[in-house]
Formats: sequence, C-alpha cells, structure tokens
Amino acid sequence: MAIKRRTFLKLTGLTLLGTAASAAVGNLLTRGEVKAREYTYPPEALTAKRWAMVIDVKKCKEGRDTCYAKCIEACHSIHNVPSIDDKKREIKWIWEDKFEHAFPEQADEHLKELFKDVPFLLLCNQCDNPPCVRVCPTRATFKNKEGIVMMDFHRCIGCRFCMAACPFGARSFNWFDPRPYVKKVNPEYPTRMKGVVEKCLFCYERLAQGKIPACVEACPEKALIFGDLEDENSEVSKILKERVSLRRKAELGTHPSVFYLID
Amino acid sequence: MLEKALVGSKKYWLWVLFLLSIIFIGFLCYLYQFKVGLGITGMSRDVSWGFYIANFTFLVGVAASAVMVVLPYYWHNYKEFGKITILGEFLAVAAVTMCILFVFVDLGQPMRVLNVLRFISPNSIMFYDVIVLSGYLLLNLLCGWTVLHAEYKGTKYPSWLKPFIYLAIVWAPSIHIVTAFLYQGLPGRHFWLTAVMAPKFLASAFSSGPALIVVVALLLKKVANFDAGKKAIDTLSKIVTYAFVTFVLLFLFELFTAFYSGIHSHQAPIKYLFVGLEGHREWVPFMWTSAILAATAIIILVIPALRKNETTLALGCIAVFLSCWIEKGIGLITGGYTPTPFETVTPYRPTLPEIGITLGVWATGFLIMTLLYKIALEVKSSKELIVKYEGVPHKG
Repeated sequence: MAIKRRTFLKLTGLTLLGTAASAAVGNLLTRGEVKAREYTYPPEALTAKRWAMVIDVKKCKEGRDTCYAKCIEACHSIHNVPSIDDKKREIKWIWEDKFEHAFPEQADEHLKELFKDVPFLLLCNQCDNPPCVRVCPTRATFKNKEGIVMMDFHRCIGCRFCMAACPFGARSFNWFDPRPYVKKVNPEYPTRMKGVVEKCLFCYERLAQGKIPACVEACPEKALIFGDLEDENSEVSKILKERVSLRRKAELGTHPSVFYLID
Repeated sequence: MLEKALVGSKKYWLWVLFLLSIIFIGFLCYLYQFKVGLGITGMSRDVSWGFYIANFTFLVGVAASAVMVVLPYYWHNYKEFGKITILGEFLAVAAVTMCILFVFVDLGQPMRVLNVLRFISPNSIMFYDVIVLSGYLLLNLLCGWTVLHAEYKGTKYPSWLKPFIYLAIVWAPSIHIVTAFLYQGLPGRHFWLTAVMAPKFLASAFSSGPALIVVVALLLKKVANFDAGKKAIDTLSKIVTYAFVTFVLLFLFELFTAFYSGIHSHQAPIKYLFVGLEGHREWVPFMWTSAILAATAIIILVIPALRKNETTLALGCIAVFLSCWIEKGIGLITGGYTPTPFETVTPYRPTLPEIGITLGVWATGFLIMTLLYKIALEVKSSKELIVKYEGVPHKG
C-alpha cells in the first residue's frame, strides 16, 4: 500500500484542523455574520431611535385593586411564558415586587414606609449599555437599532453568563421543557425549549405591526407610558422633563431605559 | 508509548475499574440531565451557576499551577524538578480536560456548543477562555508527550519544541487570569467585583496545584516505587507555602476593604458565607472548615520541621487543597449570587444527580491522570533499569 495508516491519520487530522482553522479565521474576519439585506420595516411599523418605558407607580397603585395586574397577564399569555409554580424555577418577563427589592440601595425606613403598598413593576431594563450583551459568547443576545436588547432563542447555548451579568435579575432560564406549563399556546409567537434564557423584548414583534407593547396596551390606568427617548416631543421625553423619576441601579452605568415616576 | 498504560498490576486495574464505574454513574446522571434539563440540579433563577462552574474555576487553577514546576525546570534550569515536570504537565492535561467537561455539562443546550466558534464574539470573556483553555491543553499535551517520547527513545527532545515550552509557561497564568475576568467584570455582583480576584485566583492556584503534586508524588513513592527526590519535594512545598500565605493575605485584604469601608453590599456576601444572612446559614460550616484547614496548613507549612516531615507535609498539602477547593468550589459561586439583585437570599444546594455528574467528571480527570502518569513512570523506570544493568548513564 502506498499510504500507511499513520500517514493517513496524520493527513486526516491535518485536514480537519485546517478546515476548522480556516472556518474560524473566516468567521473572525466576517464576525460570523453573512451580510443580510437591510430589514425594511412595514409601513405600519412603529419605529424609534431608543424605545423607553415610564412607569407611574402611583397610578399603578391606584388601579391595582381593580386591574388585577392585567399587564402581566397580557404579556405572559401573548408570549407563551410558562407559569411554573416554583420560585426557584419560575419564568417571568414582567412582575411585581416591593420597593426595597426593586431599589435595595435606596431603601431606608422612610421610603420603605412611603412605598409600602406600592407595586413596582419589574422587567428587562433594555439598558443602553447592556452587560448581558457584552458577555454573551454567541451574540444570541444583542441590542437592535431601536435600543431593544433582543434574544435569539435558537442560538442561545444556555451558558447563563448573561444571567450572571444582569444586575436586575431580569432574565429567566428554562430549567425544564416549558411547553407543558403554557396553558394556552399563542400560535403567533414561538414557544421556547428547555435550556435557553428568555426575557422581556419590549414587544418588538408588536412594534413591527404598529402595535404598542402588550403591557402598555393592557393597563387601564395608563400607568405605563411607552415612547422614543431620543425624540424630544415624545410622551416619555415630555413626562421625564416634568416629573421626578428613578432608574434601577443607575450607578452601575448600564443606562436602563425603564423609568419609575415616584412623585 | 501508549502500550505502557495497557499492562499493569492488579492494583492498577482495580483503580482504573473503580474510576470507570464512577464515570459510568456520572454518565448515567448526565443522560438524565440531558433528557430532563438542568432542572435536575439545585440551581435556580437566582443562583444560576452552581457546582459545575465552581469546580471548573477551581480546576483552571490546578491546570495553571503546572507552570510552578515547569518554569523552574526549563527557565531556571532547576534540575531537581526533572522528574516531576512531566507530572505537572500531565496534571495540567487532566485538569483542563475536566474544565472543558464541566463547562460542557453546565450548558442548557449542549448540542449548540459550537455556536461559540460559529459566532465568534470578541467582546465576551467566555470566548477568550475557550481559546486560552484549549490552547493550554494542546501545549501541555504536546510538550509533555514529546519530551517523554524523546526520553523513551533515549534522545533529547527536539529543538523545535523549545518555543512551545516557553509559550506554555507564559500561557499558564493567562488561563486563570481570563477565568477571573469572567467574574470580576460583572456589574452588580459585589462579591466578584474586585481587582484582587485575578491575583487571588493565581495565588490559590499556585498553592493548591503544587500541593496536589506533592501529595501525588508522596503517594507514588509508596505505591509505584517512584521517588521524585527529596530536594524537589522540599522546593515544591516552599512554593506551596509562599503561594498559600499570599492567598490568605489577599483574602484578609478583601475583608479589610469590606468591613473598614462599611459598605453594606460588600459585606453581605462575606457575612452570608461565614455567619449567615437573613437566617440562611447553608454554607457556614463549610466556610469555617475551610478557614480551620487554612490555619492548620499554614502552621504545618511555615514550621520547617513539620514541612520537612513527609507525613505532616502530606497532611498540610491536603489541608491546602481542601481549603482552596471549599473557597472556590463553594464560596466563590454562592457568595457571588448571594444576596440576589433584589437583596434577598435564595439558598442553593447541589442535588444528588448534580453531585453524580461532578464526581463523574472528576473521575474522568483522575483516569486521564492515572493513564498518563502510568506511561510517564514506566518510561522513567525503564530508563533507570537500563542504567542499572548496562551501567551507561543516560545522556539527555
């Protein structure tokens, strides 16, 4: 035989190594992305330079007894968020918590007393400088042109580095197959599989259809206000100029796009 | 040379069989996890990393520590380490393999692991960790194997290997620095957000890794008739001593900053680990065990008479290894996630299948180490036999 086993194995190994190396170098040069045609928004789509949300906590408190947190219900049912009855394994995109949990570093006795019965709606802050995007090893989570921190559920490898990086506990992981926990599947939106991370995506899919986010639409008190932070004349910009607002853990420099009106 | 691993005494095969059965149990547990999901572990929404990543972090240190025997031998021409250099390199191979396995078993979607290469993300520290770890594995395998093979053939290792040996030396600290950067650059995790994370990692690595080599060398003297040499053990135990004292000091510096500054968020994780927080005291006994082990180890290692006595030295080194393992394997991760971003406490306890998978990975590492050490020791002892019967000292 002309070719020995040893030589054959060597050649095979080299070929494999070469293929992998060239693929990796090619990837690095193109940053792994095939240049796709620019996405054109449908004419009815709502667009912005930086989407933001303002939450009026007083209004939220006033309506709480009659609205039964419709915002949460709307979001979770539209997005097929499973209802898992286990604090450790639950998945949530938007939820209520106490003032001292939402703003632990501000929570002195007076403020705690003042905000005792005020529900604080928590969701992904859609940070302008998101640490979760920075740490993702596959770019499965990324910031889009409108300032929304997006998730590609199909690319996520489930390493949970983003969960370690998020200072707001906004991300949930599918510890089990979530589908049995989705009561009524909305066929318009994908369900997830086990082993991937998920979170609120500011209803990017609804914005593309010209609809405002589900939670904002569902709120009967109009306690949630949604708009473009970069647009001087938007409702969010106007209201932030007039009223006192807080952002969660602003000192960390992530620049959240969710504001809480506290006056 | 591989054939050397295929013949051995009854004891050798029993040990291999024992490791294989643990690997098998671990593999069954992993199949269960693969089917059901990571929900079979004790991890949660709030403590989203656990035992796997903790052991990964600890073992990166063990892997990096090989440099503590390789560097004096090749860089400073410290001949006494001639016999244990190969132990260091092969320990690194086993440890890095365990690291890679631990990261793999921690993935929620392991089938997509190659996405890390498909979608290269230079902004993610994880990307650099993959590069430095796989590079380090290849370098140690290459250097260790080539040098040993040359010895097997009775020649000196080829000169083209020299640059790789030096590269492996400077590469070693990088794997642990990059691993520390996984943690120390995250906003909002107060326990991790400290610049001494990387130096502390290095100090604990350079004490726990050589401590393991000392214990293994002393053990091999008993079971495999392999003497690393008194001077080599003596020097290595001094390295363990200096590195471990540095590590304990760095830890105390952290305590000073947290408690003298009075910043609550810096104190909370340390309080959780050592005295408990909001009624949660899950890991308090473990952390105090680590502290007592550390104190014992320092007493043994600092007093020359105790350090030079093989029995007490072995005990001291075991204490160093266990103390460092508890600090990284338990303290680092649970401390980082406690309190949660909401200033609450969610306890974490590993489950039985999770421990099974962890033990399986450790057993895989020990199996790799056993096979490689078996080969290395056989090669070395056959060389000694040639010298004994032919009276020709080996040149090399």
